[in-house]
Amino acid sequence: MSKIVHIGNGAGFSGDRFDAAQALVQHLKSCDGPRYLMFEVLAERTIASAQKAKAANPEAGFSPYLDHYVTDILGDIQQAGITLVSNMGAANPEAAARRIHELAAEQGLKPFKIAVLTGDDVREYLDDDALLAAETMEGTSLAGRTICSANVYLGGRHVAAALATGADIVLVGRTTDSALVLGPLIHEFGWAEDELDKLAAGTICGHLLECGGQVSGTYFADPGFKDVPDLAHVGFPVTEVTADGSFVITKPEGTGGLISPATVTEQLLYEMHDPSRYLVPDVTADVTQMTVTQDASNRIRVAGVKGSLPPETLKITVCVEGGWLAEAEMSYCGANGLARAELAGHVVKTRMAESGCNQEIRMDVFGAYSALDGGILTDERRASLRFDDDYRLRLSLVSETRATAQKLHDELQSLYCSGPAAGGGFRGSVTEQMSSASVLMPRAAIEPHVSVRDVPAG
Amino acid sequence: MSVFVTCQQDNHDARHRNAEMENEKMSDKVWRLPLHAIAHGRAGDKGNVSNVSVIAYDEAGYAFIEACVTEAVVMDVFSQVGATSVMRYLLPNLKAMNFVIPGVLDGGVNESRNVDRHGKNLSYLLLSRLMLDIPDNLLAQDSPYRTPEIAAQYSG
Repeated sequence: MSKIVHIGNGAGFSGDRFDAAQALVQHLKSCDGPRYLMFEVLAERTIASAQKAKAANPEAGFSPYLDHYVTDILGDIQQAGITLVSNMGAANPEAAARRIHELAAEQGLKPFKIAVLTGDDVREYLDDDALLAAETMEGTSLAGRTICSANVYLGGRHVAAALATGADIVLVGRTTDSALVLGPLIHEFGWAEDELDKLAAGTICGHLLECGGQVSGTYFADPGFKDVPDLAHVGFPVTEVTADGSFVITKPEGTGGLISPATVTEQLLYEMHDPSRYLVPDVTADVTQMTVTQDASNRIRVAGVKGSLPPETLKITVCVEGGWLAEAEMSYCGANGLARAELAGHVVKTRMAESGCNQEIRMDVFGAYSALDGGILTDERRASLRFDDDYRLRLSLVSETRATAQKLHDELQSLYCSGPAAGGGFRGSVTEQMSSASVLMPRAAIEPHVSVRDVPAG
Repeated sequence: MSVFVTCQQDNHDARHRNAEMENEKMSDKVWRLPLHAIAHGRAGDKGNVSNVSVIAYDEAGYAFIEACVTEAVVMDVFSQVGATSVMRYLLPNLKAMNFVIPGVLDGGVNESRNVDRHGKNLSYLLLSRLMLDIPDNLLAQDSPYRTPEIAAQYSG
């Protein structure tokens, strides 16, 4: 029987469910062949926060949730020989490895062999000035800004190199999310750099898995239209991949959720632009001829992914300090609620302008206009609203200075006593922001600096 | 703002046109409903660019939305939230279209003052605010839009 590689994903973002991996581990224990468990927990901005944490404490800077995700599964994966692959390393994979060694020792487990991938933090070998001067993909200028982090997206081949050390656990910082799947597949099947269709299939398999439950029924339910069984206990996805690159997406028996052509198609196109040119460091994937077929209940077979040569450059995300965001809200409920909420907003805007604030203030009124309306209440929409209803004013601005952001917060708060009738339920916050931009860099400036290291126990 | 479009029948291929003519004989009823009645989708963000997928529930629905939901129509719907252009990609194998829409995220997740900084809700902007005249045969028999409670909200 030909080899099947099984890969489950226990997390799709840094705050995802902590217990989702347990059903996956039980499922993987029952499978034959190479088995992997991944956790994808690193968003663009997460790594900038992690760099700040590392600057304050050299043993910090990895996922603050590492203990929550791995403590309860370490014994099982060791006993069953399941390999763990994760970007929980964030800005400090070596410290993450040391933490896992500690957790294993506390549980009386044998030491794990842990490999870390480094070189994604380009500030170790590229100058800040060069990064700030580089042309950005967004067309914005970074000149004069203060860099918080600059990490290049490494690929599946880099992750495979870490697995080639024979590691039980591979911890990385920034790679493409899909590389956490493609890496194990390159390692297991020995796919060469010119086997482009297979590399593309492995990439799309990773793309489908990388958001955890988003392919198996989460972020999908629309009651009456798209119903999902037992959304409270969705089974996270597991893939079964064969050497030709075709694969199945399924989930553990007895879990909630749904895997159907519709859930797979929604996740396929999630954060995708041109479906004939999905770029990662290993390949350019084309899904325009892809097919999804239902093999059985909650089993979808994917085939027909095509690959072409990868881009000649690698992408760096540069995060820079970005000012302050103020958000403030107050509720106006019952008769004439919308008029009272709008009056409150105009009072704050007037006082902000008088204080010399020239930042544009975004105004929304939940119940009337918000996320879909660009801060504009059209006459058509106004005519459809109820005179007696619950309305919640929200004001926000982004400012270079904390003082201006704080002023917006304070002005709305003052309407508890000094605004229209019966404003209540004020909530507000002022938070420091980070901006980011993407810079392309030739591989030759990056790849010589990428390396794999063992982090031994104790 | 809602945008209403009528489908350009000429854009249909002959196979579907024939199928529709058959169906029209059976029922002339047309429902003026949002795209949500016959399609689903998801929005993703990259920088200040949103992508919104639109996926039909069946083949006939796909032929209909491919003809109706054009770049120009989507641009109309997204102009209020700052769209600067719209690019449409077709995936007929998957009964899906993908729209790439720059400019709609108030600078992107790190800059935005929108309560929904990622624009996660933008799939429902397109699904909810694009109104279509939908032939009865394309509306699922068990669609909640056929219930009096919901139908009443879209009549007149």
